[in-house]
Amino acid sequence: MSNPKMELVNGNEAIARGAIAAGCKFYFGYPITPQNEIPEYLSKHLPEVGGTFIQAESEIASINMLLGVGATGGRAMTSSSSPGISLKQEGISYLAGCEIPGVVVNMSRSGPGLGGISPSQGDYFQATRGGGHGDYRTIVLAPYSVQENYDLTILAFDLAEKYRNPVVILGDALLGQMKEPIVLRTHKPEKFDKSWILTGAKGRKPRFLKSLYLNEGDLTEHNWKLFQKYQQMKAEILYDTYQIEDADMIVVSFGSVARIIKSSIKMARDQGMKVGLFRPKTLYPYPEESLKELSQKVAHFFVVELNTGQMVEDVKLSVDKGSRVDFYGRPPGSIPTPNELFEEIKKVYR
Amino acid sequence: MKNMKQVFQRPKCLRDVPFHFCPGCHHGVIHRLVAECLDAYDLQEKTVCAASVGCSVFMYDYFEVDVCESPHGRAAAVATGIKRALPENFVFTYQGDGDLAALGIAEGIHTAHRGENITIIFVNNTVYGMTGGQMAPTTMLGQTTTTSPFGREFRREGYPIRMAELMSVIEGTAFSARAAVNTPKNLMQAKKMLKKAFEVQIRKEGFSFVEFLSACPTNWKMTPEQANQRVHEEMIPYFPLGVFKEKQPGSN
Repeated sequence: MSNPKMELVNGNEAIARGAIAAGCKFYFGYPITPQNEIPEYLSKHLPEVGGTFIQAESEIASINMLLGVGATGGRAMTSSSSPGISLKQEGISYLAGCEIPGVVVNMSRSGPGLGGISPSQGDYFQATRGGGHGDYRTIVLAPYSVQENYDLTILAFDLAEKYRNPVVILGDALLGQMKEPIVLRTHKPEKFDKSWILTGAKGRKPRFLKSLYLNEGDLTEHNWKLFQKYQQMKAEILYDTYQIEDADMIVVSFGSVARIIKSSIKMARDQGMKVGLFRPKTLYPYPEESLKELSQKVAHFFVVELNTGQMVEDVKLSVDKGSRVDFYGRPPGSIPTPNELFEEIKKVYR
Repeated sequence: MKNMKQVFQRPKCLRDVPFHFCPGCHHGVIHRLVAECLDAYDLQEKTVCAASVGCSVFMYDYFEVDVCESPHGRAAAVATGIKRALPENFVFTYQGDGDLAALGIAEGIHTAHRGENITIIFVNNTVYGMTGGQMAPTTMLGQTTTTSPFGREFRREGYPIRMAELMSVIEGTAFSARAAVNTPKNLMQAKKMLKKAFEVQIRKEGFSFVEFLSACPTNWKMTPEQANQRVHEEMIPYFPLGVFKEKQPGSN
């Protein structure tokens, strides 16, 4: 057996390469730090696979170009970072309403406003609660390594088509900028239903894609239909655990912080503290059932995020009422070290 | 009926349903012109339209072609995506003055600069129709609307935008024209211009743009006849009809 193909790549490039491996043929975006390696890589390499790259005039134009491609059944991606993702929210809402697939990457930075370019998890609410107007959801994938940047990007394209829904990849500046060796692979997408795409009404009746429903009852029906779809997405829930078997305290973290705190958990274990990690990889749908089950065995949870408290709400909603949920949040500006987080673990562990 | 020849019929690309448009509104006439031109080049099976928001929002109810909804102002970006994915198809947008000249002016202008091989049909009635008669970027100086109650004054509300001229100075624009449908003569000219715009796209010569002056009797608080007269007396002097840009075939 030959060795798998491995390469040392930057986190943003891994996303770009994951997109190409997934059969993405269209990329639209507007430059913003810290995700520029994504458009830079794709501007060079998408043409090699017969794809199209457009540096659009704005994030708003980018997401709507993606909508246009998605409507024809093509695989398209856009990427940005927090302020740019705010601009895309209108388009994401339309994608959800019209049921058009597309992949949106947020290598998030710090806010609010222009904020800064340091890593942050301040966009958790925006990503998991829809983000734009209306009662909709997007699937949200949260990688914690360069390999997962690559793998979850490939997965994002299949999920987007499967559910005819936008899929958001929520990374951050750290995940975008770090370099790690990754295993590259080829991917053959599943065949999904394409009976809805717009290609010109040749040999069939004209079709339309819309989110406008003015007749009484139609919009209610449409929203219930979308709701059913969001329920079905629960089949896609992904999470990872680390040393939870004998744990009497479970750290719940996602993305880059989960990566850092793994080292802190090792330190805690070395000192005899029975600490484990529960790491959601899908932030929507959230692994609430798994956390609930876990809370029937373990009574103490410690949520750690790079914000002042967002995912902690989902943990509290998931676990048994009797559970103790502690929280440590780090607002943007600095990245916690494994030692610092170990100190925080010591503070709450008993 | 044996020796009779049918000389007039509903275009194939226009659905057999009543329009929701107000009496005297020009949207219905312009819809019909678009459908006739789609038929003229046998484009029904090749067309994907990027719809807009405003009075023209129900395009999928009227045109017998594939239609994709766009957020308000974003039709040119949506059309760009469609055309890049389906370069052999015929792609057009149909946008009002709020959609194109206000919210969507960045998308419109950059689509033209890229020379996207699509056609924008722009309907200028100097007012926001769907929302009940507010000021548009094309509202005439002195014109009273529900949000310019003292009449548009350039020191306060700025000047009306001339889109066809604006598009004409853009290098990527292959064709830009302004037409009106208030008289049979103008209507025939309008059809010629629209056909030219469609031909530009069919020949893959780049971006084409046709602005239609349109009447809105309801929000102008006029009879259809008075509204037609206003197009002639007030609009055409400020928004002159004609072709502002026509790249020679094969020149790019």
